[in-house]
Parts: sequence; structure tokens; C-alpha cells
Amino acid sequence: MAEKRVVFSGWGFPALLLLPQLAITFIFFILPAAQAVRQSFFRADAFGFGERFVGLANYTSLLASADYLQSFVTTLIFSLAVTVLTLVISLAFAAAVDRLIRTSGLYTALMIWPYAIAPAIAGVLWWFMFDPSIGIVAYWLRVGGLSWNHLLDGTDALILVIVASAWRQVSYNFIFFLAGLQSIPRSLHEAAAIDGAGPVKRFFTIVLPLLSPTLFFLIVIDVVYAFFDTFGVIDATTAGGPGQATTTLVYKAYADGFLSQNFGSSAAQSVILTLVVVALTVVQFRFIERRVHY
Amino acid sequence: MAAIELRDVRKVYPGGVEAVKGVSLDIADGEFLVLVGPSGCGKSTLLRMVAGLETISAGMASIGGRVVNTLEPADRDIAMVFQNYALYPHMSVRQNLQYGLKNRKMEKAEIARRVAEAAEILQIAPFLDRKPRQLSGGQRQRVAMGRAIVREPSAFLFDEPLSNLDAKLRVQMRGEIRRLQRTLGTTSLYVTHDQLEAMTLADRLVVLNGGLVEQVGTPMELYERPASVFVASFIGSPSMNLIGIGSGAIEGLTGLGTMPGVPAGRPFTLGVRPEHLDVTEGESTAGEVTLLLTVTNVEVVGAESFVYGRLGGTGPDVAVRVSGYSRLEPGVTLRARARPGALHAFDASTGRRLT
Ligand SMILES: Nc1ncnc2c1ncn2[C@@H]1O[C@H](COP(=O)(O)OP(=O)(O)OP(=O)(O)O)[C@@H](O)[C@H]1O
Ligand SMILES: [Mg+2]
Repeated sequence: MAEKRVVFSGWGFPALLLLPQLAITFIFFILPAAQAVRQSFFRADAFGFGERFVGLANYTSLLASADYLQSFVTTLIFSLAVTVLTLVISLAFAAAVDRLIRTSGLYTALMIWPYAIAPAIAGVLWWFMFDPSIGIVAYWLRVGGLSWNHLLDGTDALILVIVASAWRQVSYNFIFFLAGLQSIPRSLHEAAAIDGAGPVKRFFTIVLPLLSPTLFFLIVIDVVYAFFDTFGVIDATTAGGPGQATTTLVYKAYADGFLSQNFGSSAAQSVILTLVVVALTVVQFRFIERRVHY
Repeated sequence: MAAIELRDVRKVYPGGVEAVKGVSLDIADGEFLVLVGPSGCGKSTLLRMVAGLETISAGMASIGGRVVNTLEPADRDIAMVFQNYALYPHMSVRQNLQYGLKNRKMEKAEIARRVAEAAEILQIAPFLDRKPRQLSGGQRQRVAMGRAIVREPSAFLFDEPLSNLDAKLRVQMRGEIRRLQRTLGTTSLYVTHDQLEAMTLADRLVVLNGGLVEQVGTPMELYERPASVFVASFIGSPSMNLIGIGSGAIEGLTGLGTMPGVPAGRPFTLGVRPEHLDVTEGESTAGEVTLLLTVTNVEVVGAESFVYGRLGGTGPDVAVRVSGYSRLEPGVTLRARARPGALHAFDASTGRRLT
């Protein structure tokens, strides 16, 4: 393939072209991150007038806090559930749409819609449907003999935020799965059919292995999404409650920082959160990638 | 081993395209039948209906005396070699070969025996543990063949299996496929648009045109007695010279008496192959058909040259085969004599053979 190359005579003009992006990255990402790291070593007084250096005290008190460790467990359950639910549902939809030929454009468009909805609105939407007194889904559940009250029951609340969060992310996964499925040549399905593999067997022995790069990419994306990007959904539906039942790490960082004004602890939590996600991604690359067929 | 029988098979695609318009064929047990025709004539469609990858809209297909219209591809006891090979990219060559056998719950020892045998025949033993992407095009082609032969099916179906190879490899693999098919004696249906491949491989050839069979026969039958203008121009390279003959005389063409099978005065299409025209110096003798050409172009192929010229200076293009290196220059006049008995006549309107 021919490569398109633009040749600049000096480095001044290219640097100028890069400047806006670099400035945005610096002002909105690097600077706040550096500030968070710095702040995590200080403790501010209650009125925000002064601060003093406390070393690792913010970190040690966090790790000793039962609330914080509980939030860790909640986050793990939440992230695992959101990731698995998202992957399974979006793959099922993508496989269904892949089998269609004529109507697939319509379905694809419909599937992508949820992605365009703001997280808070998505949260409110599900909150309404599951509202114990006026929600339609809560009503169905009651008719089906299940009591539902996410305002009082922590498990119900967790299920609600998991479903709402997964629902938003399904669109994104769907697009990638569909593209992945459609890039598998039809002749491979046909060869496997002649080789005596039924649809289910074909899915597990041919389709899934060939989708594994996509699957791996989406696992990383979904985990990061569940860790960070679900803040809006949680804030709009349960606001971390009841009790601490839906307080994930990112929500706790927000609550401790902005609601309780404990900036030092909040900053330390952000740093830990970032390290956790970096570690998770590295682990995923190390161990899952080995089983991926490129 | 099995015979394949097609009875008035039709295919109408959703959307209304009628790709195959009623084809009946009998392929004998162990025969190598080649389907040939221009792009879009329905060759692949016909093959895929036999394979079970497309439904049969109307008519009947049977393999080994068993009607297969409603059978799944896996239950038809056929193996197929695809144009892009369709090897499973995430499996090693060995796993590719094993896949169809494992799906059929064959015993381990038997699978190992068949894979070893196929690897031996096709000389792919050194690559058994490689992935398809680590192989050259020719090696992939062999693996695709291997995947077909380990199954020991009652028929092989090929859809342009050599068209992704370079010219030299294509000739080599062509020979290997032919040898392999002879050794195994497996009934084969082979699709190609390359007439040379068709001629060299086939026991019998089927020329398809627009979803219909134009002619069926051995390669030499089709070469010597093409049933229509379409077959005449499709088989042979360069293709047969075709000259429209009306009631009047044709400039540059002399000695054409009445043709057998052609009523006097009726317009027809005269056909003569480039290799049946000889360059001559002297005057034509009576009863000899002679063409007077103004040379426009000369193609030197090595062992032979093809001289193209216009009949009578302004008429239709005519090609003449000359052995060796032709030094004719464009613009010169050439006299070519048709060998006796090498003339074909076709109906001017229907294109069917008259003689
Ligand atoms: N899935 C399909 N849906 C609708 N029409 C189709 C489909 N597949 C093929 N056709 C049409 O059927 C006709 C025959 O196609 P087919 O693939 O059999 O041609 P072919 O002889 O194999 O050509 P080629 O040498 O180019 O492979 C063509 O006009 C093609 O456009
Ligand atoms: Mg084809």
C-alpha cells in the first residue's frame, strides 16, 4: 500500500500544528493529574486556608478504612458484572444482526442509539423504570412475585446500576463485535459447515477465536469504563446508596472530595484508582493477549 | 466414490436474479468434469448448489444415487476447495486437516493416519505445525487440497482453486491436481474461467453461458466441433477467427465454395482457427480458401508468433499462427491458406453450428 507522507522543511510549523492538542492534554489531563498526586501527600484544613505535608498518611488511613475496602469489593463485583453482561449481550446482538442482510442497517442504527444518551439521562431512565412505586419494571417484578426496592435493598441497587451501566456500553461493544464478525470471510463459515460443524460449534471453534482480538480490546475498554465512566449513571440513580451499597471507588473519591471536602484523601483515592486500572490493563495484556490469535 | 446427477436445476436468487436456468448433467463415477464460462455465467452458483451452500430453487441434484436437495452440506459427503482456500487462520495446518474428521467423531488413530498420508502425498509434512499465514500461496493451496482429501469424500468440488497463484505455479498445481484425482479416482466438479485450465484438466467440459449449458463434451470434441459461435470463441487461444458471410463476395477472401450444411445464398458465420491458417507465397489453387490480410500487429510468444491482420485491408480482424519468430512488419500484405476441412460454419442469427 502506498504511504501518504507530508514532508515539512523545519520543525517549527509541525510543532505549531501540534500545540493546541498538546496544550489541551497538558491543561486538562497532565496538570490535574500532577496536582492530584501532590495533593495526596497533603492534608488541607477544614476551611481550605492552609495545608500541611502528611507524607503517606492519606494512603495508610485509606487502606485501614473498612469503608474503603468495602468500596473496593463493590467495585470489583460491579466491574466484573458490567463487563461480562456488556460483552455477552452485545455479542449476542451482533451475532443476530450479522445473520441479517437487508435489515441490518436499521438494527445497527437502533443498537447505536443508547451510546448517544448522556450517562445521567440513561441513569434516570432506568431509575424510573425500576422505581418501586411508579416503575414499570418494578411492577412486573412484583407481579412475577419478586419484591424490588433499590431504595432500601443494597443488592437491588447494585443490580440496577449494573444493568444501567451495561446498557450504555452495549452499543459501543456491539459496533466492534459486528465489524469483527463481518470481517470473517463467509467462505470460512462455509468450509466449516462442509467440515461438519453446526452453527453452535462454528461459533465456538471458528468465530470466537477469530474475534479474540476484538474481545480482548473490548475487555480492556469495558473494565476502564466500569471503573471510571459509570460515575454519571451511579450519581443519577442511587448516589452511592443505600448505605454504601453502590459506592464504587470513583464514586467514593467524588463523595469524599466534593461532598466531604476531604481533598487529601480524595486525591490519594484517585491515585490508587489510576494505579489499579494501569495494573489491570498490564495484567490483561500480559495474560490474555497470549491466548489471542491475531 | 459416486456419480453426480443434475436434473433441470435452477437457481433464482432472492431479488429475482436467475443465475442458473435449468441445467442437466450426468457426472460419471470418478470423472473429472470442468465447468467453464465467462464471469457471471453461474458456474459458482451451480457448484454451490451441489455443495449445499445455496438452496436449489427447482430441479433435482443427487450424489451417489441419493437426492441431496434438502441435505445439509455436511451430510452430502463432499469436500470443497475454495478460491481463497478458506483455511482456518487460527489453527495449525494439522488442526486444519483434522477439523472435519474430529467433527465427525473419527478415532484418533485413524485421523492421525489420514493426516500423515495426506501430508505425504501433498508434501506438506514439514509445515504441519505452522499457521496458514506462515505459508506461501502454493503451500496454502496444498493444505486446502489436503483438507479435502483427508475426508475421503465421494466427490471433490473446486471453485477456481488456482486463480490466486502466479502463472508458473498454476501450471504446476494444475498437473498435481490432475494426477491426484487420477490416483484417488474421486469424482470431481471443477469450476474455472480459464479455458486452458479447463482443456488440460477435464475428462469432459461443460461450457456455461448465461445460466445455460452451451455444450458438453471432451476437450477435443469442443475444440474440433464447437456447437456455437460462443463455444468457438471461448475454447482456444487466440480464439477462432469469425467472418460474417453475406450474399455478396467478401474482399480478400477467395475460393470459398458452398459449405456442407449451409444452403446456398444463406448468410452464415465462417470460423477458422489461427492455427489452421498457413502463410503461403504462391497463387492459390482451385478449391483452396485463401485470405488476403494487411498486417496490423505481430505477437511473438517464442515458439510461435501470432500475426493479426485485416481481411482485405478493411475487413474483420484475423489472427494467423506462424511457427517460430515472425519478422512480418505491420502494413505488409499476407496471404494465408486455410487447411482443408478446418472450416466451421455457424448460423448467422442463432450462432448454432450448421455443418
Ligand atoms: N448471493 C447472490 N445474490 C444475488 N445474486 C447473486 C448472488 N450470487 C451470485 N449472484 C448473481 O448470479 C449470477 C451468477 O453468479 P456466479 O457467482 O455463479 O458467477 P460465476 O460464473 O461463478 O462468475 P465468476 O467467474 O465471476 O466467479 C451473477 O449474475 C451474480 O450477480
Ligand atoms: Mg465464481
